Amino acid sequence: MTKPSIQLNRRSVIKGMTAGAAMPFVMWPSGRALGSSAKHGGTLTTVAWPGTTFMNSAITTSGPEAFLSPKIFDGLLGYDFGMQGKPALATSWNISEDGLRVTFNLRPNVKWHDGQPFTARDVAFTFMEVIKVHHGRGRTLFADLLDVETPDDLTAVFVLKRPAPAIMKALDGRESPILPSHLYAGTDIMENPHNIDPVGTGAFKFVSHERGVSVVLERNPDYWDGDLPYLDRIIVQYISDPSTRTAMLEAGQADVVFLNFLPALDTLRLAEKPEFAIDLKGYETSVSQQQMDFNLERPLLQDARVRQAIAHAVDRAWIVKNVWHGFGEPGATPLHHEQVSFYNTDGVPGYEFNPGKAEALLDEAGHPRGANGVRFELTIDPTPYGNESVIAAEYMREQMRQIGIDLKIRTQDYAVFIKRVWTDRDFDLSLYTAAMGADPTIGVQRFYWSKNFKPGVAFSNGSSYSNPKVDALLEASQVELDLATRQQQFHEFQKIAMTELPTLPIVSTTRATIAHRKVKDHTVDALGSLGNLAHCWLDENA
Amino acid sequence: MSDLTTAAATRERSALPGLRFLLGPLPRYVLRRLSQAFLVMLLVVVGSFVLVKMAPGDLVDVLAGNADMTADQMAALRARYGLDQPIWLQLLRYMYSLATLDFGYSPLNAAPVLDIILARWPVTALLVASSVLISMTVGTVLGVVAARNAGNPLDLSISLLMLLFYATPTFIIAIGFILVFSVFLGMMPIAGFSTVGADYTGLRYVWDVVTHLTMPVLALCTFFIAIYGRIGRAAMLEVLTLDYVRTARAKGLSERRVIYVHALRNAMLPLVTMAGLQVSSLVGGAVLIETIFGLPGMGRTAFDAVFERDTNLLLGVVFISSLSVVVVNFVIDILYMALDPRVELA
Repeated sequence: MTKPSIQLNRRSVIKGMTAGAAMPFVMWPSGRALGSSAKHGGTLTTVAWPGTTFMNSAITTSGPEAFLSPKIFDGLLGYDFGMQGKPALATSWNISEDGLRVTFNLRPNVKWHDGQPFTARDVAFTFMEVIKVHHGRGRTLFADLLDVETPDDLTAVFVLKRPAPAIMKALDGRESPILPSHLYAGTDIMENPHNIDPVGTGAFKFVSHERGVSVVLERNPDYWDGDLPYLDRIIVQYISDPSTRTAMLEAGQADVVFLNFLPALDTLRLAEKPEFAIDLKGYETSVSQQQMDFNLERPLLQDARVRQAIAHAVDRAWIVKNVWHGFGEPGATPLHHEQVSFYNTDGVPGYEFNPGKAEALLDEAGHPRGANGVRFELTIDPTPYGNESVIAAEYMREQMRQIGIDLKIRTQDYAVFIKRVWTDRDFDLSLYTAAMGADPTIGVQRFYWSKNFKPGVAFSNGSSYSNPKVDALLEASQVELDLATRQQQFHEFQKIAMTELPTLPIVSTTRATIAHRKVKDHTVDALGSLGNLAHCWLDENA
Repeated sequence: MSDLTTAAATRERSALPGLRFLLGPLPRYVLRRLSQAFLVMLLVVVGSFVLVKMAPGDLVDVLAGNADMTADQMAALRARYGLDQPIWLQLLRYMYSLATLDFGYSPLNAAPVLDIILARWPVTALLVASSVLISMTVGTVLGVVAARNAGNPLDLSISLLMLLFYATPTFIIAIGFILVFSVFLGMMPIAGFSTVGADYTGLRYVWDVVTHLTMPVLALCTFFIAIYGRIGRAAMLEVLTLDYVRTARAKGLSERRVIYVHALRNAMLPLVTMAGLQVSSLVGGAVLIETIFGLPGMGRTAFDAVFERDTNLLLGVVFISSLSVVVVNFVIDILYMALDPRVELA
């Protein structure tokens, strides 16, 4: 395989990555080994942090489970690049004309790791008893799912109260893994011992878990997908220190690092070495955005001009380049640029970096500079998770000083941050990472929908934004089956949200996988490392 | 004193050996130390409990921050873990369960606290024990050699080396080890206690653990080698001027015997004190080293537990660590006696 003929220095790597994001199939072939054929065998070692609590992601939306679950469990569907559904446990599916019935034809002869047959009862049980009840996003997303009918062992029919197009993007093994009803039915789901000793239908079987240290998975020889998977074993080692993770990859003691688990600068440095390859794809189901909520309960921030002035004073491109080291795009709308079906910036206010304009807006809003040059004081609470958020806040403090706003940074640990912002509501500006979901209804709506202003609930509508028109658009898009109409609704939403600006999108972050060259085909679809890694193989000659 | 009276005294002493021992200094001392230890542990438990509870935010806030959760779910979780109760009631409950040796449950690990501690304590114990042994031995030898060559170039170079060890932060040494021995030379495993998924047994397993612990133990040792070396050198220089050393030399004993048997035994006292301090400072966890080398020890467990507001786990770790320190201090006191009969238990 020939490498793209660009000069590999740090700048061009970033440029290449940006291009890769725009043309996913051109610049950075995801290690797909054209011309050589995949081989069975070998152990893939990866490093991550923090350690996992459970082994399935049907009962939690937490990160470590999201990575492990799809290896051990299957979903009804998989997703190709661009979030196009493809068969997994369901071989085909169709949505009724009125959108109220979704019929899934299930794959025959699929066995659980304990040898029991997989049937439609497992599907019905998982959605009705587990995901609708215990899954953080599933509770809202599947709220309109009235019943799952099982006319026979290999047919499952979703019966919906209202059409729900977004659920079709949430049926993979990470978002909605199918659990074995014969081991879960009639038990306390959260306390079921199989949450830590899992039995799935997936490509890999659970071998062992040492808490906070490692998880070992082994090949499922009876997997339904041809002669997949290729790997004999997957080992996940939990390492809390990012520099140690880098050293392990560099020393060959780990083969691949997914999900930005290396410091950005280390990723860039290793990407320049011939023995490593970087890949930006495979994170479509888990895109996230760094955003800043304005607390609209503060009278000062209720004036849209003040919020717009602040937007004009924050150089988001600078932040992307210098704080995120190029791993992202300047935030432009409430949606992430990788939510390609709905992301639209046409006619959406952009708030170019312009301190002069910011000052004019603040003068107009009646906040002249005082004797000491200060117009007013504000506080900002960055997320104490990684250090980008804090550095971005420090940068903003300097920017705000230039337009006469005295910005005070408050730092605290994670538990305090969550409580301060979403429970005590004791903040002016908050800066945090928002998981945007595979569909805007799943991940974006919650920050802007007035009915989701719920003090006490983390990552709900933190600004306390309320606009009936936005509510109507978001609610209509929840049940709209026609793609064009839905796109139109989200476009309108993006325009209003960016005009009124209850929340300022700072950076649409992108993630990278950095792998030793011998690791092939780790990312072959939209799910990437959050899929089952069944296609991944090791080319010992590389 | 005649042989007769001695024999009588011996007979009398052996008459009631059990009772004599029980009334002797050691049991009384143990009893007193035990009651002190009990008070210390009580203070540790109450103090750390209150401190943890004073920090804003609780376990459920952390769980909710990691996973989207509704207010109902959060309330249900708080009820499940008893976090909706007043703090004094939570404390009483905790102390009651502690009295029954029940350390509680760690929700973030989905496991009983005792299981987690039992898995992690050996890692820390091995780390601490080997680094104390190695640094004490190497430090003492360097100190003695330096003292014997006081003022010579050898003394100077040893002192310089120790100054370097003393001044270099442990984490720099740790990272240096990783860079040199793992990244460049590819010789040593970087992280963990043993090779994951290798399932070694017997000697192969022992060797695996040894290779995994070599770098962290040596990194932990450097600072303490310097400490032992400096203390050892000073103590030795002082002891060598004492009369009994001159007597030993006058008796015609070999220089080696004078130094390593007669003089060193006295010079050991401050070194043993230092060992006690080293153990105490490490048992609570060599957080930095455990973090850099990905070792699942007590320090890292406590560190993570603080941020996750995992009260049960944190208190369990603090409790066991404090207990270890109390026990080690006790052993050190006994060691004093063995080394120097003039030291009495009081």
